[in-house]
Amino acid sequence: MKISGSEIFIRSLKEEKVSHIFGFPGATILGIYNQLLDSDIQHILVRHEQGAIHAADGYARASGKPGVCLVTSGPGATNTVTGVATAFMDSIPVVIFTGQVPTSMIGNDAFQEVDIVGITRSITKHNYLVSQVKDLARIIKEAFHIATTGRPGPVLVDLPRDVLMDEAEFHYPAEVSIRGYKPNYIGHPKQIEAALKLIAKAKRPVIYSGGGVIRSGARQELLELVNKTNIPTTSTLMGLGGIPGDHPRFLGMLGMHGTKYANLAVTECDLLIAIGARFDDRATGKLEKFAPKAKYIHIDIDPATISKNVRVHIPIVGDAKLILREINKAVVPGDYSAWIERIEEWKREFPLSYQQDDEIIKPQYVIEQIYDLVKDRAIIATDVGQHQMWVAHYYKFNDRRMLLTSGGLGTMGYGLPAAIGAQVACPDKLVFDIAGDGSFQMVLQELATAVQYNLPVKVAIINNQCLGMVRQWQELFMNKRYSGVCLKCAPDFVKLAESYGAVGLRASKPAEVRPVLNEAISVNKPVVIDFRVACEENVFPMVPAGAGIEEMLLS
Amino acid sequence: MRHIISVLVRNHPGVLSHVVGLFTRRSYNIESLAAGVTENPEITRITIVVTGDDRVLDQVMKQVNKLVDVLSVSDLKYDQAITRELAIITVKTTLQTRGAVIEIANVFGAKVVDMSEDTITLELSGTERVLQNLVRLLKPFGISEMARTGMIALAMKSSEEQ
Ligand SMILES: Cc1ncc(C[n+]2csc(CCOP(=O)(O)OP(=O)(O)O)c2C)c(N)n1
Repeated sequence: MKISGSEIFIRSLKEEKVSHIFGFPGATILGIYNQLLDSDIQHILVRHEQGAIHAADGYARASGKPGVCLVTSGPGATNTVTGVATAFMDSIPVVIFTGQVPTSMIGNDAFQEVDIVGITRSITKHNYLVSQVKDLARIIKEAFHIATTGRPGPVLVDLPRDVLMDEAEFHYPAEVSIRGYKPNYIGHPKQIEAALKLIAKAKRPVIYSGGGVIRSGARQELLELVNKTNIPTTSTLMGLGGIPGDHPRFLGMLGMHGTKYANLAVTECDLLIAIGARFDDRATGKLEKFAPKAKYIHIDIDPATISKNVRVHIPIVGDAKLILREINKAVVPGDYSAWIERIEEWKREFPLSYQQDDEIIKPQYVIEQIYDLVKDRAIIATDVGQHQMWVAHYYKFNDRRMLLTSGGLGTMGYGLPAAIGAQVACPDKLVFDIAGDGSFQMVLQELATAVQYNLPVKVAIINNQCLGMVRQWQELFMNKRYSGVCLKCAPDFVKLAESYGAVGLRASKPAEVRPVLNEAISVNKPVVIDFRVACEENVFPMVPAGAGIEEMLLS
Repeated sequence: MRHIISVLVRNHPGVLSHVVGLFTRRSYNIESLAAGVTENPEITRITIVVTGDDRVLDQVMKQVNKLVDVLSVSDLKYDQAITRELAIITVKTTLQTRGAVIEIANVFGAKVVDMSEDTITLELSGTERVLQNLVRLLKPFGISEMARTGMIALAMKSSEEQ
C-alpha cells in the first residue's frame, strides 16, 4: 500500500526507535504535524528553533542516543544554524529535519525558501535534500547511521513539501551501504605495539584525554589504563568526566584556563598520550610551546585530526574504547614515581583557589556548594563564559554524560535548552543548568517549554550583572576600558520565573546559598535561582591568548 | 608546491562545491578544476590543480576524504601521471597571416575546426606545456577568444608497476 511522505517519515522514525522530537511547526511540515497527532512519538514544542536543536543536542549528550529536531523551512531552518554548528564542533549525533518549499519552486526565492543544505554544508557531517518520496526512507536510515557512527555529528535532511505529500510504498532498508563511508574502529596492531614501547620507555608521561573518550564510552578503559600505569592524566573541557574528577592521578583541565599543574606537567612531559582530543588552540596555547619535550601518541577515530595541528609520532586511528582495551592487555608501565612526586609538589604549590567572603557570594562558592549537595546525582549543563570555567574547575565530574557544555563553538544560550533535552532523556535525574546572566537572556523563553512539559530543571544563574568573561579580558588586556559588557538592566529573574509558572528564588549572601539550593532541589518544578555574585571576580589561572601554556597568570 | 589532486566522488548534487570549499577555506589557490563522469556513470572524477603548503594540503586531503560522498583522494605525482588539457583558440588572421597560423597548427598537431574571413579556430589537446607553447606562438597574431578545460589526469599504470 502506498502511503504519504509524512507517514513514511513517522514510520521511519519509529524504525529508528525515536521517542522524542524537539520541534517548531510551519507551513511546509504541516503534514508531519498532522501525522504526529496519531503517533506515540512525543513532540516537545520549544519556543525558538535554537531551543529545539540545543535540546536535541542535550538529549543526545545525556542519553547517548541521537537527538531529533524538526523545523519548518526558511527562518525555522536558519534559526537552527547556531545549534547545528554547536553539535558539529562537539561531535554530537543529532538529526535535523527541515521543511522546504515544493521541489518545483526551489531556486525561485519562493516564500520562506532558503538553501539550508548549502548553508549547513560545512557544519554538518552530511546533509541531504530529498527530491523524491521513494528515496525518503533510505535517506532517513542513512542519516541516523551517519550521525551515530564513526566520529558522530549532525546530519540534516531537507524535506520539500511535495515530497511529504507524494506517496510511495514503505520499505525501511535493513542495512546501510554507502560506498565511501566506512569508519575504521580497530587500531592498527603495529601502531599499538609501537605505543606500548614508548609507554614503557617514558620517564614523564601524561595522558591528555578529550571528548572522544566520552563519545566512545571509553571511561572504564581509560580508568583501567590510569590505574595500571599511574600515568598522570589531564583533560580538555569536553573530556571532563572521562576519568573521575577526584582520582589521585587526575590533574584537572589543561589549557587557557587549565590548572597550573596540568599545564606544567604537559610542558615538562616526555610522552604525551592524546586520546580523543584534537589539539584545539584553547587546550594547547601557542603550539611551539606545547609539550615541546615530548613524543606524541595520538588516538583518534578521525584520521583528519591526526597531525592537523602538531606532528604526531605514533598515530592510532580507531575507536578509543577498542584501542585502550588492546593497550590495557599488554601495557607495561615504566617507573614514573619521581615524576609523580614532582607533580604532587606542583599540586601543593599551585592549587586552584579563590578568596572566600562572608558578605558577597563568590561564584566559585555556588558551584562548590552545588557539587557538595548533589555530587553524582546531577547532570550539569552550562552556558559559556566565566561560570563555565568555574564549573570545569570546581565541579568534580565522575561520569561521562554528566557535563553538557558547548566546548568547540562556545555557544552562549546552550545551557537551558540542553538541560531541557537532558531532562527529557533522563526524567529521574536532577538536571542543573549553571547559567550566565548574559547567556540565560539569550534563551530564557524556553522556561515556558520546561513548564509546559513539567521538566523540573534547575537554572542557577551566576548573576554578575555583566558579560563576565569579556569584562575579564577587558580588565586584563584592554586596560579596564569596559565596553559593551554591562547587563545591569535586566529583568527581576525571580518575578520572571514566576510569570512563566516556574519557581523563582534568590540568594544574595553566602549563608543563603545552601538553603536556597535545598529548596530548589526539593520542589518538583522548574526553578530559577538568581545568585547575586561578586561582579568583578576573575577566572584564574589564565594563559593570555597566543602565549605558551606554562606562562600563566595566577591572579 | 603545485599538486594535481584527483578525487573520485559519488555524483550527487553539491559534492563539487563541498570539495572546492574545503580547499578555498584553507586559502588554496585552485589553478584549474575539471569534473566529468568516469567509467561508472554514478561516479565523477574531479581533477584539481592547486598550489600551497604541503602539510596543509595533507590535512585538506584528509578532510576531503572524510566527506561521505567522496570515495578516494589522491595526490598524483607530475612525473607519474598522464595529464591532458584541451583548448579551443580563435586567432585573428588576414589573408597574409592565415598560412603562417595553419603552419603553426600543423607543427603542434592542432586541428583547424573553424575558419572565417578574418579568424581561424584551432583545437589542441596536450600537456599544459604544449598548450602554453602554442598560445605563446599565436599571441602575436592576436587571440580573440580562448577556452580551456582545465587539466584532467590519471596515474600512469606503467610507472606504478615498477
Ligand atoms: C552567542 C555568543 N555570543 C558571544 C559570545 C562571546 N562571549 C563569550 S563569553 C561571553 C560573556 C558571557 O556572559 P555570561 O553569560 O553572563 O557569563 P559570565 O562570563 O558572566 O559567567 C561572551 C559575550 C559567545 N561565546 N557566544
